[in-house]
Amino acid sequence: MSGERDNESLAGQLLERAQAHGADQAETGVQAATGLTAAVRLGEVDTLEYHRDKGATVTAFVGGAKGSATTTDFSEAAIEATAEKACALARQTSSDPANGLAEPDKLATEIPDLDLDHPAEIEPDEAIERARACEAAARGVDERITNSEGGEFEWGRGSMVYANSHGFLGGYTGTRFGISAAVVASDDAGMQRDYWFSTARDMADLEDATDIGRRAGERTVRRLGAGRLSTARVPVLYEAPAAASLLGHLVSAVRGPNLYRGSSFLVNAAGEQVLNPGLTIREEPHRPKGLGSAPFDAEGVVTRERNLVDDGVLTGYCLDSYSARKLGMATTGHAGGVHNLYLEAGDKSPEALLQEMGTGLLVTELIGFGVNNVTGDYSRGAAGFWVESGEIAYPVEEITIAGNLKTMYRDIAAVGSDLEFRGNIASPSVLIGEMTVAGQ
Amino acid sequence: MSDHWQVAEDLILRPTDVGINQIQDALGQMMARQVDYADLYFEYSRREGFSLEEGRIQGGSYGIDSGVGVRAVSGDKTGFAYSDEIVPAALLDSAKAARAVALSGSGGTVPMLSRDQAPQPLYTADDPLDSLSDEAKVRMLEAVDAEARAQDSRVQEVMASLAGEYKAVLVAGSDGRLVTDIRPLVRLNVQVIVAEGDNRQQGMSGGGARTGYTWFDEATVRAYARDAVRQGLVNLEAVEAPAGAMDVVLAPGWPGILLHEAIGHGLEGDFNRKGTSAFAGRIGEQVASQQCTVVDDGTLSDRRGSLTVDDEGEPTGHTVLIENGVLKNYMQDATNARLMGMTPTGNGRRESYAHRPMPRMTNTYMENGDYDPNEIIASVDYGLYPTHFAGGQVDITSGKFVFSASEAYLIEKGRITRPVKGATLIGNGPDVLTRVAMVGNDKALDSGIGTCGKEGQSVPVGVGQPTMLINDLTVGGTQ
Repeated sequence: MSGERDNESLAGQLLERAQAHGADQAETGVQAATGLTAAVRLGEVDTLEYHRDKGATVTAFVGGAKGSATTTDFSEAAIEATAEKACALARQTSSDPANGLAEPDKLATEIPDLDLDHPAEIEPDEAIERARACEAAARGVDERITNSEGGEFEWGRGSMVYANSHGFLGGYTGTRFGISAAVVASDDAGMQRDYWFSTARDMADLEDATDIGRRAGERTVRRLGAGRLSTARVPVLYEAPAAASLLGHLVSAVRGPNLYRGSSFLVNAAGEQVLNPGLTIREEPHRPKGLGSAPFDAEGVVTRERNLVDDGVLTGYCLDSYSARKLGMATTGHAGGVHNLYLEAGDKSPEALLQEMGTGLLVTELIGFGVNNVTGDYSRGAAGFWVESGEIAYPVEEITIAGNLKTMYRDIAAVGSDLEFRGNIASPSVLIGEMTVAGQ
Repeated sequence: MSDHWQVAEDLILRPTDVGINQIQDALGQMMARQVDYADLYFEYSRREGFSLEEGRIQGGSYGIDSGVGVRAVSGDKTGFAYSDEIVPAALLDSAKAARAVALSGSGGTVPMLSRDQAPQPLYTADDPLDSLSDEAKVRMLEAVDAEARAQDSRVQEVMASLAGEYKAVLVAGSDGRLVTDIRPLVRLNVQVIVAEGDNRQQGMSGGGARTGYTWFDEATVRAYARDAVRQGLVNLEAVEAPAGAMDVVLAPGWPGILLHEAIGHGLEGDFNRKGTSAFAGRIGEQVASQQCTVVDDGTLSDRRGSLTVDDEGEPTGHTVLIENGVLKNYMQDATNARLMGMTPTGNGRRESYAHRPMPRMTNTYMENGDYDPNEIIASVDYGLYPTHFAGGQVDITSGKFVFSASEAYLIEKGRITRPVKGATLIGNGPDVLTRVAMVGNDKALDSGIGTCGKEGQSVPVGVGQPTMLINDLTVGGTQ
């Protein structure tokens, strides 16, 4: 991996060449990463993959018009050609008053150390052993686990540098480690597959390989013998990992481009009650070791803690500088997305939520893309468990759950205490009062 | 037309210090271990995109990428490394990393690399980026905007994008193969937002092919714009979708994505070798109604999903997957074919040099049946008629699949009546085709918009089918 220092000087060259070719403003991002993925299947090595990537993007603004170009070739000739191409493209596009760099006073002035970089070059043999241990634990859970997609261990280390012609130059480096297993169980009724994983910035924070494997095995076996349901309106409890997708849809609806295009069901919803009182969606971009942590966004704008939804009220949007100008607002530091966003936990255990639901559907997996961001119409394939009197009765699959997100968000009846950061967006279990379940 | 070999050599090797000798050396390094097969995949690509929004050309982008993926296969183990620098040292480093999966010993000698008899190219070797001036590309997007807005005053926003890619690949294998392919790819997308009062809906359309931008002639561009607006206006009138099991008539063309998800993925060689597909071990069995014949065909001229050779240098084929309802073949790459004792079918594909090849679909479609499409709709008392889908997903192991309709209608007493919104279809891959009751005689392929994702890799694909009636499929609406 080329160092952050080298990439800083490369970023400087790209800006300088873009300005030499006529850019009034320019920005550039340079990224580099290395890593290894070891996959084991049925105890034997399946694949060993080495990763080594680098790339640079330069965006040039010429008379209010914008062009960008990317390259993976860092030779002087390629840098020159890339900068020139970005400027040439800008001359083909239309001038737009909303174009341009983020305002100088929005840029990060100091770059806090978020404790993201914990380099540990795990040798292939050790990576294989960890993957093997994880898969073995998964397969050992139950004799009905008859097959496997494998166990996997991976590590990666990546650096990014961002610079712009306002004089901003900053970068950070981070590591990521992951372990997972996916296994297949079968009985007379057919096969089921499930998986589990752990991911962390620091190898020391990665959950134990055998614990992850066991969880993967348990999740798979419990799906055996799944049946279907009759079409009905019932309460639906989203297991924590599935509930995070509900937050993802909300984030998508408050992203700048979807707002100024009018392609969101939350257009002009700032200040409105979108969740029930008592519910808060919080974002913590500077969380130490956070999987989504970043000191600044993709435009160098400082990232800040905030409650996107406070006591159920939507406080604002997720904007980059372009969409902010389109909307007559200020950037919120969300070029490139959100950073460590979560629904604050409640005080009920998952078991207590099952009790509260009484009879209904526990959803553990969602598939398909049945979300309409314009209208909020929601209809996704689901698998999980039928629950009777607070107890899991039997697994179910081949059903859909449907509603409208705007209504569903207001219909959150309870939130669990089981918040875990397994990714950039995290949620505890969420109980929705009533949805349409379609089955046979 | 340019000579393919010359174009590939000029784009990939000429700018570097790597020649045939260095490639031969790197293969030899890998075969110095107990490696069954090794290959190097060189790739050069350049791509561009233009987008329009609010009547303005909002941005232009351009990128060049080149690199080499190096793979060693030993039994069912694969070692893989890649480099975005095509230099002799990177070839050797990658070769040493990749061969680490194999025990010491010898995999045999590598014959002198030689250019195989290349199959007839299925598309032009000309660079689509140069097929039109930048000014004309911009005018094309402006024409989309003007045509869409001229259709109806309820059109609020028009977003259009034009993208082109020019890719050259060179595959060198330890069996001595040396194969090249030059792959153009263009695409035009249109999305509109329409509104009436508080009711906002979207409509989408578009198309593409392995050609130059001239594929999008004036009539085609206007038709895309009109179709996106038409779909948006239909959705303004749409009522909530029904919920429950019912008859579903799939329209011809793009709804073939159902075959892709429900059947296609389950017939990819890797899942079947590993026994994790619901179709594993079922060749020769009746898996569909006798009316169903399903094919994967990478040999169709200019199609988005087509390839002259796959990413392992194997010519693509016309592979009959299901014939009159009987499972005939899986789609194979070289590794899975060898491990299963089957023949490669030219389905070894990869997103780029930085990704391993695996069995993937090309253009997957159902052949014609005997019925007039009107007769099929007339036979349904109450059901759903989806004409366009936004996307779908499958769980290979349980066989469960799901699709979201972006345009669908109710069928009542044999007639198409009201449009419905928010309909999702869910079913079980291994049995959905057993419930195909009628297959139409109006087979169509999609307009060239498909992208398939598998294990984090995206590749362009095609789908198609005639009108088709499936009994008793679950529709996931709210009513």
